[in-house]
Amino acid sequence: MTSEQVVLDVEGLRMRYGTTDVLHDVTFQARHGEVLALLGPNGAGKTTTIEILEGFRMRSAGRVSVLGVDPAHADERWRARVGVVLQSWRDHGKWRVRELLAHLGTYYSCYATEQVVRPWDPDDLVAAVGLTAQADKKIRTLSGGQRRRLDVAVGIVGRPELLFLDEPTTGFDPVARREFHDLVHRLASQDQTTILLTTHDLDEAEKLADRIVVLDGGRIVADGTADELAQRIAGDDEVRWTHAGQHHVRAVKESTKFVHDLFRQYGDEITDLEVRRASLEDTYLSLVRRVELEGATR
Amino acid sequence: MNPTTTALRAGWKRGLIELRQSLTNGADLWNHAFWPVLMLIVTFFLRDVSFGQSGFSVGTLALPSILGMNAAMAMVTMSQLLTAEREDGTLLRAKATPNGMLGYLVGKIVSVAGGLIVDLAIFLVPGVFIVSGLVTGSLDSWLTLAWVLALGMVAALPIGAVLGSAFSSARGQGLLILPILAMIAISGVFYPITSLPVWLQWVAQVFPVYWLGLGMRSALLPDAAVAVEIGESWRHLETVGVLTAWAVLGLVLAPIVLRRMARRESGSSVAQRREKSLQRVG
Repeated sequence: MTSEQVVLDVEGLRMRYGTTDVLHDVTFQARHGEVLALLGPNGAGKTTTIEILEGFRMRSAGRVSVLGVDPAHADERWRARVGVVLQSWRDHGKWRVRELLAHLGTYYSCYATEQVVRPWDPDDLVAAVGLTAQADKKIRTLSGGQRRRLDVAVGIVGRPELLFLDEPTTGFDPVARREFHDLVHRLASQDQTTILLTTHDLDEAEKLADRIVVLDGGRIVADGTADELAQRIAGDDEVRWTHAGQHHVRAVKESTKFVHDLFRQYGDEITDLEVRRASLEDTYLSLVRRVELEGATR
Repeated sequence: MNPTTTALRAGWKRGLIELRQSLTNGADLWNHAFWPVLMLIVTFFLRDVSFGQSGFSVGTLALPSILGMNAAMAMVTMSQLLTAEREDGTLLRAKATPNGMLGYLVGKIVSVAGGLIVDLAIFLVPGVFIVSGLVTGSLDSWLTLAWVLALGMVAALPIGAVLGSAFSSARGQGLLILPILAMIAISGVFYPITSLPVWLQWVAQVFPVYWLGLGMRSALLPDAAVAVEIGESWRHLETVGVLTAWAVLGLVLAPIVLRRMARRESGSSVAQRREKSLQRVG
């Protein structure tokens, strides 16, 4: 597989419940090995989108191709190439961690190829998600963070080419979150797994994703890398300075050039200089606010 | 190995693992023992009550009937497990695994059938010492018991799966118990069916509980006991006929209903049910 290969291809996706459209004309792509974040506030349509891609929900209209197959009509061979981690699992409480991973792994054994060894060895997998100490514990005795890591382990037991993570770190403490991020990075870099994750946490999207798709009110309002989004949309940096005892604040596009000109004009009369780059958070908030305003005036 | 064989094997192993789990934890062991022990107590008090001029005690007549009833109850177990495991996401997990649904179903059949055999043994082994007059010394008895039990399970488990997919919550599942109790009451389990009005006898003969009870009685009671049955016959042919009809019905319906249910499963439907059940508690 080349890194240019499109793994996820969504075009004009629509979802309608009764007379309400929850997804309008959603279009995006993900390439092999890419980590893509679907970012948006609650109710933006993230979960609906990911469920359609997982093949768990039928769409109303549009074209969807996941690993070259329409998930609405996909077979078990396709299923073996896809990993799914949902928002909440409570299943298999009586099973032990290693026991469940070994059991679920057996279903994938007949889908091994020369390139991909399937399934993942249960002991290695338990170690990879940091659950070695809990390997023989019953699943219902795990803490929230441990349970979530087990969910990820189940999602990757068949060494998927594409992994779906729906709100993976909800309810994590900062340490668990950090460990989880490391795990996702390892999957993406070592195993070249393509990952689609949903989150309402901007910080998480920025840390994990190569590319961010912002979804709001069922529409895609932005698509790009974290840097691109910050520049393309908000764009304005904030420059503050003092000159002749007066404070100035100015929002400018190219802050470096602006400061250079400022010094050329006034030299060392400029004091208290402060430059604040447009942050992704500003971008995100202004995007979401803009959509909400449009929604209110419509 | 081809995927279907892989899934069948995985399902078999899954069933054995779940059976072991249910026999090694307190709550499940209690569930296994509760009904058999209760039934043993009932049988104990019925052991000296004689039934009319038949020369048999009600306890002796009831013991095989209770075995049959318990076997039919595997239907309820199946149905309850399916509803509960749809609610907690086990079914969705199976759906997310290649051929996981097949493995899940095979596993469920193995663990429910295995659990049933354990339950029956808990009841039967002490039971034969409590009541007198059972035929337990001949191979014939045990062979009859085996085929009735096997056919009964093939009839009961798929129907249970169909019922399990029909209910959307564990709460709806609770409503199922009322008609089931009514069915047991008219099926001649605790008192011979010939003492009931004829029209009720006909209703009872539609359902598998009566036939499972009759089959078990034909296995474990001496020939003279046939006198209290309808038509004074063990009616093996009819037993096979009715149970097979239920089995065919279940085996035809189950895949259709299960597939429809599985198609509707998604992460948000599991989350929705979870929220609903939390609201109920709160």
